[in-house]
Amino acid sequence: MPGLGTSFGRGGATDHQQDLQNADVITIMGSNMAENHPVGFQWVMEARERGATVVHVDPRFTRTSAMATKHVGIRAGTDIAYLGGIVNYILSNDRHFEEYVKHFTNARVIVGEPFADTEDADGLFSGWDPEQSEYDVTTWQYDGTKVHAAAGKRGKGFAPGEGETEPGGGEPPAEDWTLQDPRCVFQILKRHYARYTPERVAEICGCSVEDFLWHCEELCRNSGRERTGSICYAVGWTQHTVGVQIIRTAAIIQLLLGNIGRPGGMILALRGHASIQGSTDIPTLYDLLPGYLTHPQTKDYGSLAAYVRATTPSNGFYGNADAYMVSLMKAWWGPNATEENDWCFDYLPRVDEDNSVYWTVGQMLEGNVKGYIIAGENPAIGSANGRAQRLALGRLEWLVVRDLVEIESASFWYDSPEVESGEVSPETIGTEVFFMPASSHLEKDGSFTNTQRLLQWHFRAVEPREDARSELWFYYQLGKKIQERLKDSEDPKDRPIQQLRWNYPTSGELEEPSAEAVLQEINGWDDRGQALASYTLLKADGSTSCGCWIYCGVYAGGTNMAARRVPHWEQAYVALQWGWAWPSNRHLIYNRASADPEGKPWSERKRLVWWDSEQAKWVGYDTPDFEADKPPSFRPQPDAHGPDAIGGDKPFIMQADGLGWLYAPQGLVDGPLPTHYEPHESPFDNPLYDQRANPARLQNDLAEDPSNPVAGEGGSDEYPYVVTTYRLTEHHTAGGMTRFTPYLSELQPQMFVEVHPDLAAERGLEHGGWATIVTARSAIEARVMVTDRMRPVTVAGKVHHQVGLPYHWGQRGLTTGGAANDLAHMTIEPNVNIQEVKAFTCDIRPGRRPRGPKLTELVAGKRAAAYAKRDGAERAEPESERWT
Amino acid sequence: MRLGEVLGSWPLVKQLREGDPLGLGKAAQSGASVRLQPRIASADTVAQSICPFCAVGCAQLAYVKDGKVIQVEGDPASPISRGRLCPKGAASKNMHDGPLREYKVKYRRPYGTHWEELELDQAMDMIADRIVETRNATWQETTEDGAPAHRTLGIGNLGGATLDNEENYLMKKLLTALGIVQVENQARI
Repeated sequence: MPGLGTSFGRGGATDHQQDLQNADVITIMGSNMAENHPVGFQWVMEARERGATVVHVDPRFTRTSAMATKHVGIRAGTDIAYLGGIVNYILSNDRHFEEYVKHFTNARVIVGEPFADTEDADGLFSGWDPEQSEYDVTTWQYDGTKVHAAAGKRGKGFAPGEGETEPGGGEPPAEDWTLQDPRCVFQILKRHYARYTPERVAEICGCSVEDFLWHCEELCRNSGRERTGSICYAVGWTQHTVGVQIIRTAAIIQLLLGNIGRPGGMILALRGHASIQGSTDIPTLYDLLPGYLTHPQTKDYGSLAAYVRATTPSNGFYGNADAYMVSLMKAWWGPNATEENDWCFDYLPRVDEDNSVYWTVGQMLEGNVKGYIIAGENPAIGSANGRAQRLALGRLEWLVVRDLVEIESASFWYDSPEVESGEVSPETIGTEVFFMPASSHLEKDGSFTNTQRLLQWHFRAVEPREDARSELWFYYQLGKKIQERLKDSEDPKDRPIQQLRWNYPTSGELEEPSAEAVLQEINGWDDRGQALASYTLLKADGSTSCGCWIYCGVYAGGTNMAARRVPHWEQAYVALQWGWAWPSNRHLIYNRASADPEGKPWSERKRLVWWDSEQAKWVGYDTPDFEADKPPSFRPQPDAHGPDAIGGDKPFIMQADGLGWLYAPQGLVDGPLPTHYEPHESPFDNPLYDQRANPARLQNDLAEDPSNPVAGEGGSDEYPYVVTTYRLTEHHTAGGMTRFTPYLSELQPQMFVEVHPDLAAERGLEHGGWATIVTARSAIEARVMVTDRMRPVTVAGKVHHQVGLPYHWGQRGLTTGGAANDLAHMTIEPNVNIQEVKAFTCDIRPGRRPRGPKLTELVAGKRAAAYAKRDGAERAEPESERWT
Repeated sequence: MRLGEVLGSWPLVKQLREGDPLGLGKAAQSGASVRLQPRIASADTVAQSICPFCAVGCAQLAYVKDGKVIQVEGDPASPISRGRLCPKGAASKNMHDGPLREYKVKYRRPYGTHWEELELDQAMDMIADRIVETRNATWQETTEDGAPAHRTLGIGNLGGATLDNEENYLMKKLLTALGIVQVENQARI
């Protein structure tokens, strides 16, 4: 989550859900929290009952809107215009929390001469290379210093081995405490958003000026020493080609209003899977190593130390990244990792700029990926462009699918829309498929990390039946079998697997490995084998071992802290004795900012953590997210490094400069400031710039992934409406855990499409009848739900309709139906490689979709008609050029 | 039945005698309903668990009898959920023992038209063989430009957000040691 990571230092929600009850205003945007995180939503209701204002900004009116003080309907994909308008309102009316902004953010820092803003280059920042379709990000750096972000693409703009110029060499960045210098961040921010006026916001987003101004005023009124506000978001923000930048805009607002690190002030990322936070912390992601360390790329760094220098800030707690990294190597290769062999650094495989899942799908279609293992995911339904996903699976040599039920990603070879249309058949698909039944959460021990960075242990209730096994068992036993096969090899490439520490105690007839033993390795130990209590004890000399440095302390004192369950009625609301939050059981991170620069609470009402001068330490209701004995008056020595280079008045301890980043000089590939761009597919021009969509978005040339024509191109009228996809309370993502479950299938039995009565009239759609939704990729059918929840918006004087589609259904299970993601394209966001399924274009017509080959004819025919209008009749469809 | 008992079973008498004048409480109980017990009362053990769906992290209590889960309920002690579960969380048992749950390995050979049976251990051996063979066939020691690679781009792995931290850890550790870099999960899907 580099939106939060580059702004504040860590890629996680800044606070715990329960603290929403202390908010004075809550904005829910890019989320339907009441329906998708219903139990967490009780804390929003607690706040509202205490008098808080709750605002829901969303294209749809949902049950979240129904419980909010006000719902503001906007056009899907215009979030940055809306939020940028709020930034403009704050700055042009001097409503920012001045002391917080001056002391705790980089508002005062001077940006280097090479930087040019989108306001100067009509939608492009400085450094744009049109041939490579990417930015030279070094043009965005601070004046006279070159810093690393704490998250995101941290290697960008740094040569292998090159470190920051500050500290230990350069001067600290130039600053202007009056915030008047035209090149200071504050002034750049002001200019960047000056044109995001309320009228412009209303024109772009399709909301009213009055509603927008009311929202701005509620946010500002509830800011300052006495009051705080929270923002909750979910994938309604992330799943856009500008997703990371939407979250960055929220971060800017929260920093300007002084909300981060304070009770009731947060950005709460509402994540949708039980351990999706955990699977980024211990990343099953190509570009990260555990604890948000950058996965080394195909560059010759020279040494582990040089790689650390080139990819992490040298100030703040990433200044100790060498200790985190060496301890990780010790956890993986134990005694084989020595100083002499550079801690086995060369054992790590190297990644390219993009080895993400959508790139992989392109490689599968090309035939370059031969084998694939899917564990608890259903890309045939859950990933964008389902047809391309299923065709890709059909071009593998072998595939392993591990799940509770036979999901569509296992049955694609005999039961899919492509088999039905006659495009492929079992006889033409050569993929060897292993379906391996998995264990449910009730059949295994282990920990989930929830949306507030809290690790919670779950205990096995019963043994799994027959062949069902946990992933812990599968990967452990698989590793054993592979080690056995390679044990006599003399090939150097097999050494990392031969020397891997891969011995965990097992128990029972099934020989299930001990999850607790794995957790102990993740936590780490010292050279005497004692469990470490904190990441601050990790060393770069090989004397400590730790599998994920941010989780260090979860097994402190030899106790499984994640399994603690002291009831909430026996402890204070922060609940420090229930589970364990990373880092170091801090629940409200950056909480140093809950006190003023001198260490005193900003107000009695918003007291959380403060400096106790008698005890000479930070104290309060939460674990201080700061060195306990570092006084507010501490100022670093000129040659200081790591945490010692962070002053006692700088709360963002993971950041290179200890400050919250209004402006991100590094870490993101599509700009240091969020800028409104239209979605990849949109029926509207960008009213702010000539640059229509995010220039850095990652497009492909796959024949299987054609795009609809967009605004300004002929043929866009073939796909005149905007689709937004979403979840329902009774179903979960691609449906593997719910469509196959009787109670839930009974509660929510059928795929449907939500349309406004005016759109229904316009297209002849009948409530309860059938509709077919078409894009250049595919066509699906759904039952029509005519409802004014799907409000049209007036954009640039025209009424614009949006179409709502839940995305849970597929071919299999107790209830079946069209898969909304079949309609979506695979043009992705460039920082985190996520698909844009919250805003793309479509057509909708009455009736069921055609069966058999007629389905392909419908989609291809419409696409050909659209492209003919776009290109002139002489140009045919582009040949497949694959991923570039 | 003696006359006293008959009289005593009259609702009005019960209501007055048992201090339940509106007949909404104990007086409304029949002989059968008096003997009813919550289904969790007969549980042998109870396991503390966490809901497997979204990331709110509601705490669950799984009640077990004769080696089977008989009920899953919200744990009132949780500071996050305070005992509540949403429809999905409340259907956890139904997910766990639903009629479509698979318990046997299934195998489909290339160009095959149907599933076949396969022993678990044989399947594990075959998968290990496939990984070793594909890894050997697609190994890349350096890139075309001569930069270090130490990897295979011939194998990928997908999934993790629904799994335990310990499972993700073993996946990442094993696959990285094998040089498999296309390791991805729902965090970007």
